[in-house]
Amino acid sequence: MITVKNLSVNFGAMRAVDDVSFDVDVEETFGLVGESGCGKSTLLRVLCGLNRDWHGAITIDGSTITPNRSRAFFKDVQMVFQDPYGSLHPRHTVNSVLSEPLVIHRMDRIDARVAAMLDQVGLGPAFRYRYPHQLSGGQRQRLAIARALILEPKVLLLDEPTSALDVSVQAEILNLLKDIRQMRKLTCILVSHDLAVISYMCQRIAVMNHGQILEELSPAQLTGTTGHHPYTAQLLTASRGYDHTLAQELPES
Amino acid sequence: MTAQLIVEDLRVRFSTAHRVIDAVRGVSFTVGREKVGIVGESGSGKSMTARAILKLTPPQAKLAAKTLRFQEIDLAAATERQMLKVRGRRISMIMQDPKFALDPVMRVGDQIAEAIPADRRGSRAQDRERVLGMLDSVQIRDPKRVFELYPHEVSGGMGQRIMIAMMLMPEPSLLIADEPTSALDVTVRLRVLAILDELAAQRHLGLIFISHDLNLVASFCDRVLIMYAGRIVEQCAASELAHAKHPYTRGLLASLPRVGDTRGRLPVLTRDPAWLSS
Repeated sequence: MITVKNLSVNFGAMRAVDDVSFDVDVEETFGLVGESGCGKSTLLRVLCGLNRDWHGAITIDGSTITPNRSRAFFKDVQMVFQDPYGSLHPRHTVNSVLSEPLVIHRMDRIDARVAAMLDQVGLGPAFRYRYPHQLSGGQRQRLAIARALILEPKVLLLDEPTSALDVSVQAEILNLLKDIRQMRKLTCILVSHDLAVISYMCQRIAVMNHGQILEELSPAQLTGTTGHHPYTAQLLTASRGYDHTLAQELPES
Repeated sequence: MTAQLIVEDLRVRFSTAHRVIDAVRGVSFTVGREKVGIVGESGSGKSMTARAILKLTPPQAKLAAKTLRFQEIDLAAATERQMLKVRGRRISMIMQDPKFALDPVMRVGDQIAEAIPADRRGSRAQDRERVLGMLDSVQIRDPKRVFELYPHEVSGGMGQRIMIAMMLMPEPSLLIADEPTSALDVTVRLRVLAILDELAAQRHLGLIFISHDLNLVASFCDRVLIMYAGRIVEQCAASELAHAKHPYTRGLLASLPRVGDTRGRLPVLTRDPAWLSS
């Protein structure tokens, strides 16, 4: 579904993404894990067309991607951002957030689509004429997911969709994403710094550091004890919680 | 273990024209020279509890407590003038994000030196030596170089170590850390915690560690208080958190995904209205 070959992104002298290649199969969820500054979000921004300055080759659903993209591309590839407090226009109602993309893409049955979409993400008709400030963090993220899905995309890009949420709300959103990707046969790329979330959601996991993909593994390989890149092992250790002796062994950053 | 801080029936109430909101509703606990974790979701009142100890709640909040005692001082009855001698000097607070908590236009070293109480200051050179010593004790490799830097020139992990250094400068005996590592990467987080852990042990500090991360609190603290809707619903030894009894704590633990999780769906917390009162 998605093929990325030798992708590089430079910001001035800084190389944010360094010669990255990977493939994502149809209906697969591919995970990118790494710490801040490792290039994982930049990679997503390139894929969804927010960053136009890159080198390499990308094909999505058989067609080669160029820096200038068609309207059809944006219908097929949608993104959910990290911060549901920052990614929704504060003066647009739920209804206008959801109907605007439908108008832009000249789709029919706007009213019915909005109602159905709200229902699908578990918000219901009562939320339709509310403003974002009248919603909780979890409800906002449901709305952000609804906005991405209303164009019926084939690819959903998720940039830390639950890191701004409490754990109990995170569970609700992860369940919703699992249901929806199965129902709509979505291909997803999920970016997170949380190894547990990534291994729970993804079929394959790529570990990134300093703009490069260090290794690709399955969740089963991740829990196995052998054959990890030292950096992956470090992330695994850190995800288990605090341990005084292990913390001493971590290299200085 | 003797308790330095005794909190009994602490309440924080916000009244607006339309309604009354009780942010903290009758919280009681003690802190000795140990690491006590407070966990809960956003809005559970954990930060407000910490602020109430220092009487740093917003002016419109009404604070009430049966007992609020720190060592020999009755905090509940203390005047603003008396509180000035407690805040920073004897109880200090580490904030979540060093990017916002440090003064952006002041050199790091000067900011730390400013935390030395006026009656303990020496000459400029003596103060500088003390700051360099403190930077060294939070494991900053090149204290002389870091002394001259501005906050925007340091990384998140180093910024948090600088904040710890600053808060330890007046030699407090109780440290309140409000989500001190939430803004940090996982590996950096562990190093900062190790430093905090060592310093607390060396200096016999009491530590109140506020976090929403159950795993982190369970592995870092000695004792855990679990807060829900302004109340403590459960207290237990950190090592016993996995066997917590309250349905809220159990629900939170169950809703966390784990590395290698094979569950099809995560159990979602169903909130029982009875938790609000029991």
